[in-house]
Amino acid sequence: MSIANWKASKKRQAHFLWKDIKDHSTCYLFLLPYAIVFTLFFIAPVIVSICYSFTYFNVLQPARFIGFQNYINLILADDIFLTAVKNTFLIAAITGPIGYIMAFIFAWLIHELPRSIRAIAVLVFYAPTISGQVYLIWSIIFSGDAYGYFNSYMVEWGFLDNPVLWLTDPRYMLVIVIVVQLWLSLGAGFLSFIAGLNTIPADQYEAGYVDGIRNRWQELWYITLPNMKSMLMFGAVMAISQSFNTADVSMNLCGFPSTDYAAHTVVTHLIDYGSYRFEMGYASAVATVLFAVMYLCNKFIQRFLMRLGT
Amino acid sequence: MKKIKSGRQPNRSRAGDVGVAIVLCIFGAFFAFPLVYAINAAFKPLNELFIYPPKLFVRQPTTDNFSDLFLLLNKQGVVTFTRYMFNSIFVTTVGTVGHIMIASAAAYVLAKYRFPGSRTFFAAVTVALMFTGYVTQIPGYLIMAKLGLTNTYLSLIIPAFAMPMGLFLMKQFIESSIPDVLIEAAKIDGAKELKVYISIVLPLVKPAILTLMIFSIQALWNNAGTTYIYRDELKMLPFALQTIGAGGVARTGAASAATLFMMILPLLCFILAQSNIVETMASSGIKE
Repeated sequence: MSIANWKASKKRQAHFLWKDIKDHSTCYLFLLPYAIVFTLFFIAPVIVSICYSFTYFNVLQPARFIGFQNYINLILADDIFLTAVKNTFLIAAITGPIGYIMAFIFAWLIHELPRSIRAIAVLVFYAPTISGQVYLIWSIIFSGDAYGYFNSYMVEWGFLDNPVLWLTDPRYMLVIVIVVQLWLSLGAGFLSFIAGLNTIPADQYEAGYVDGIRNRWQELWYITLPNMKSMLMFGAVMAISQSFNTADVSMNLCGFPSTDYAAHTVVTHLIDYGSYRFEMGYASAVATVLFAVMYLCNKFIQRFLMRLGT
Repeated sequence: MKKIKSGRQPNRSRAGDVGVAIVLCIFGAFFAFPLVYAINAAFKPLNELFIYPPKLFVRQPTTDNFSDLFLLLNKQGVVTFTRYMFNSIFVTTVGTVGHIMIASAAAYVLAKYRFPGSRTFFAAVTVALMFTGYVTQIPGYLIMAKLGLTNTYLSLIIPAFAMPMGLFLMKQFIESSIPDVLIEAAKIDGAKELKVYISIVLPLVKPAILTLMIFSIQALWNNAGTTYIYRDELKMLPFALQTIGAGGVARTGAASAATLFMMILPLLCFILAQSNIVETMASSGIKE
């Protein structure tokens, strides 16, 4: 192909692109208000903090460019980061999938209930999320002295001789963080499943009945799941971001830093560096690495969900 | 073919229904626990809050905790309790309404049209959900300050308009529950894009709008507003209640009343929204 030809085809392409954009001008108008706010307050801060990850930035002095030094230190020189990674992967690998499946199963079971009591049932299961900081009661339940509900009952019933330090003994801490995190996992994904189940047209189920679907499991597999695909994708992203971002539960229940870093997660690690050691550049590097892992994880899950029901 | 019995869904065995009820009851107790605890703790007199062995249910309910709470709130300083209340209600209402309008408009075109940049933009929204909010606080603050929005209600309201979760949820919903033929039919009948959006798309995604409302109210109502606002009279209700809770052991009673108090509005909105979501089902059958 000659240069002139190539230039002409480029020009034609540009022309088509421009026409495409002009044809959709109403679309851009609809998108504009959201796009402006989103770019300013969500995209720009993310880009700036990724840039910070290549600098030494102590918040008080201007950031100084240091290349990949933060990332090199992170991988080669930071033992505690490795502990944090191990804990985070463990928490995410358990609470992510289980929480996700649990959210769907409960949403589905609640949908099976008579319509009149459904709203109440949703409230009951969503209670941990709607009540905000109430997960702090777990620190009373698992409190290490005999005043803790769990210790108190276990001693009374004879399962334990002495109260156990659930929240400060490295053997139990991670397990408790996982339990509480699971308990909190019926959140955004769960509610979107509830709403999604309500939009599946009833005639599809009737048609399924006529076509020979005989029980609720077949109905789930052949009608409900394929119809819920887009909600399931939303729920997956929510589950990933919630399980990898575990920090508040660990900090509030097991202390910060926790004994032997036994409940230390990647996010508590970056909070440690960001707000206690004033190394924002390093904290941003940790955030960027976590972000990359979550992104890959999401890619993988979306590919899997695409094939659902086919 | 067996006739479908009226009043009962087909393909359901009695034993299965009972099983579902039992499973839900067992797990329900586990999940409802915080609600039960919070309600009981708010009405416990001080001696019951510290009783050994600890008891879950209140035995002699009292409203002392609430009167303590309001007493403390009123003598806290120059800013009255009603001002905090107003701030929170104002920000929550405006933020939620704006979020629903702006996010659903954007979601509609992203779900139903392919135009240059649409895929990239949507990918950016899902990805934004995964970046740890913690490290973006400093750049976020700098942007707010540059725009001169610190110390205004707008610093809380405007970012709420573009919460990525709302757009994502809405887009998924519109994509799956509104057939393209419906939109095309409306256009053939002469409806403009705005008309299609308002009178066809929005009514059909009512469950999603109500769900979005719950998320947005929860996020805004629990925001203390202390990141961008440092003038006391502009701060939000959670800030006022946190200062009570920070008063130590002697304030335990008032603090548990405060916890329950903060939950009332989200709970009411939640129940209202959920009962509406359940009701919309019957009317959303679209024949293709």
